[in-house]
Amino acid sequence: MTNYTKRNGLSRRTLLKTGVAAAAGTLAAPMLWAQSNIVLRQTGTGVSAYNEIAKKAYEDLGITLEMTASDSDTAAQRVATQPNSFDIADIEYWICKKVWPTGNLQAMDASRLKNYDKIAGTFRSGKLTPTSEIAQGTAPHTVGFTSGKNGTDFIQEESGWMTLIPTIYNADTLGIRPDLIGRPINNWSELLNPEFKGKASILDISSIGIMDMAMVVESMGEYKYPDKGNMTKAEIDLTFGIFTEAKKNGQFRAFWKSFDESVNLMASGEVVIQSMWSPAITAVRSKGVPCVYQPLEEGYRSWGGGMGLAATLEGAKLDAAYEYINWYLSGWVGGFLMRQGYYSAVPETSKLFMSDDEWGFWYEGKAAKGDIVSPQGTTMESAGAIRDGGSFIDRMGAVACWNSVMDENQYMVRKWNEFIAA
Amino acid sequence: MKLKLNNALSGWLMVSPLMLVLLIFLVLPILMILIVSFWRATEYSIIPDFVFENYEFLFGSPVTYTVFINTFKYAILTWTFTFLIGFTVAFFLAFHVRSLTWQVVCFLLCTIPFWTSNIIRMISWIPFLGRNGIANSALISWGVIDEPVEWLLFSDFSVVLAFVHIYTLFMVVPIFNTMMRIDRSLIEAARDAGASGAQILWNVILPLTKPGIMIGTIFVVTLVMGDFFTVRVMSGSQSANVGRLISNDISLLQYPSASATAIVLLLTVLIVIGILLRFVDIRKEL
Repeated sequence: MTNYTKRNGLSRRTLLKTGVAAAAGTLAAPMLWAQSNIVLRQTGTGVSAYNEIAKKAYEDLGITLEMTASDSDTAAQRVATQPNSFDIADIEYWICKKVWPTGNLQAMDASRLKNYDKIAGTFRSGKLTPTSEIAQGTAPHTVGFTSGKNGTDFIQEESGWMTLIPTIYNADTLGIRPDLIGRPINNWSELLNPEFKGKASILDISSIGIMDMAMVVESMGEYKYPDKGNMTKAEIDLTFGIFTEAKKNGQFRAFWKSFDESVNLMASGEVVIQSMWSPAITAVRSKGVPCVYQPLEEGYRSWGGGMGLAATLEGAKLDAAYEYINWYLSGWVGGFLMRQGYYSAVPETSKLFMSDDEWGFWYEGKAAKGDIVSPQGTTMESAGAIRDGGSFIDRMGAVACWNSVMDENQYMVRKWNEFIAA
Repeated sequence: MKLKLNNALSGWLMVSPLMLVLLIFLVLPILMILIVSFWRATEYSIIPDFVFENYEFLFGSPVTYTVFINTFKYAILTWTFTFLIGFTVAFFLAFHVRSLTWQVVCFLLCTIPFWTSNIIRMISWIPFLGRNGIANSALISWGVIDEPVEWLLFSDFSVVLAFVHIYTLFMVVPIFNTMMRIDRSLIEAARDAGASGAQILWNVILPLTKPGIMIGTIFVVTLVMGDFFTVRVMSGSQSANVGRLISNDISLLQYPSASATAIVLLLTVLIVIGILLRFVDIRKEL
């Protein structure tokens, strides 16, 4: 678990300056909050907890963001058990399904969100394009709306009250070491191919790992799930049966739980094929080790992150939180995150903050014309490179399932423990 | 009579700060854990109740037994190696290094690794033991093996290795301490009476070192049985001990079930210590 807190320095001089600017009545610009010393405590999974965002938010809005990052389980735990410890919860949609019923988060009034209409369809109707099929699992739109400000239920249509406001999302697949495998990989089933005995890995986070397992089982032709995102007990048993057998046969080198573990396993060559997250691939490549985020025939396993408002927020702080969220969707953050390899919930606005070449590479899947540089200044790709998996529509359009919390979640978790101990 | 009362009173007063500290920071939390272990949990909340379902599930699941056996396996293996190494090191320090200065120097040398965090000491094994790590490349270049040995890392071997590395000092210190208090004339007497070196070790030194061994044993066994991080990192998440079971439950908000497991683990460790203390009366011999 990593924990850090970032608080922007605030000198008396800047305070006075911004205060004066605000008093001068710049109505067109976003409201400035510095004079009231608004501090928002943002806690979450750390995928989007960048100091750069906190800094920019302070410059643009005068809101001080204190960001605390942790792994998904810890974040869920905090939202569920310590409702007074945060103002904004930066979590994932499957976590939302778990923690929303506690009532520790309050719904967001969609009419106060300026770019609501531009939010990607995936988060509203569930359909990326009018013709796309809705993937299995806890798709964001299924837990994205509730009945009212204090609703603890989920509503399957755009009700005007959002549980989370989507921030970033991506489509995950297997990462491979092309230099050590030396042949094309096209299917999820390759994870259990005896050819990679002792050189495969899967992640040890049950809600995500079970979905990767389901993708593998289907790809092997062992079973076709009516709904991967909501398995029956028998289906859970079957899935773990196949994986426990593979584990006993020594298929896996290790399981990983944190981002850096996955990077080290891959970069050191301990593992040549494993479930992975997009920035981990970049991290491996930046060490000069070839690594591909391999698109597979069966499609991607996707995840979505979103921010929720603490139920305790009210008055000026609540207004500031809305201001922050509107700013978040207005483009700068989107551009910043898109340049890390994620997708922004409102792609249109992000485009304004990216160069044509960046937009072409990250979003449209075109070959890079020049070096592609991360917001931190590291060169990620050079001219001619094409993003693994191609364009936004190609990647997000091929999502086969979402990270999920199932009805039989408790049973699944117990089985997961057995699998680890087996 | 008055004096006696006062004595009793002052005795109570003298222990009361310690008692208070233990009560607040040890007894109360354990009671809390005990109470929560009878509660129920959903995915996002815990419900006060008095049910036995956590214990029923715990004792009804085959995983529990595998995991407890695993925990004992790690404890016994780690104990064996830390004892052999710890006893040898302490013996050397106490009986072969003659001058006090050198004893202190050597003893400090033993503690140097403890100046860094034990997480760092543990994680540094990973690149060393890996498939393309230093150990494997050295063995290959010496011609001992043709292909990298896989079981060096992410195996029971690496788990026990890390445990032994981290905990041996806990064995060295108490054993060294008791060895230093052994009256040297006893050894001379044994030698005069015609005992061989091995006989002195077995019949004189070992029995007199028992309290130190026992204290070291209690340290090592309780630390190993309660650990979860070393097992997770060094086995590459592939094996589990009781600590990992508890940490998994906690991360999934299953506090009652975690509490139940914690209580069972606590009782197990207490029983183990109880058995150990049957062999040696530490208080009498210290």
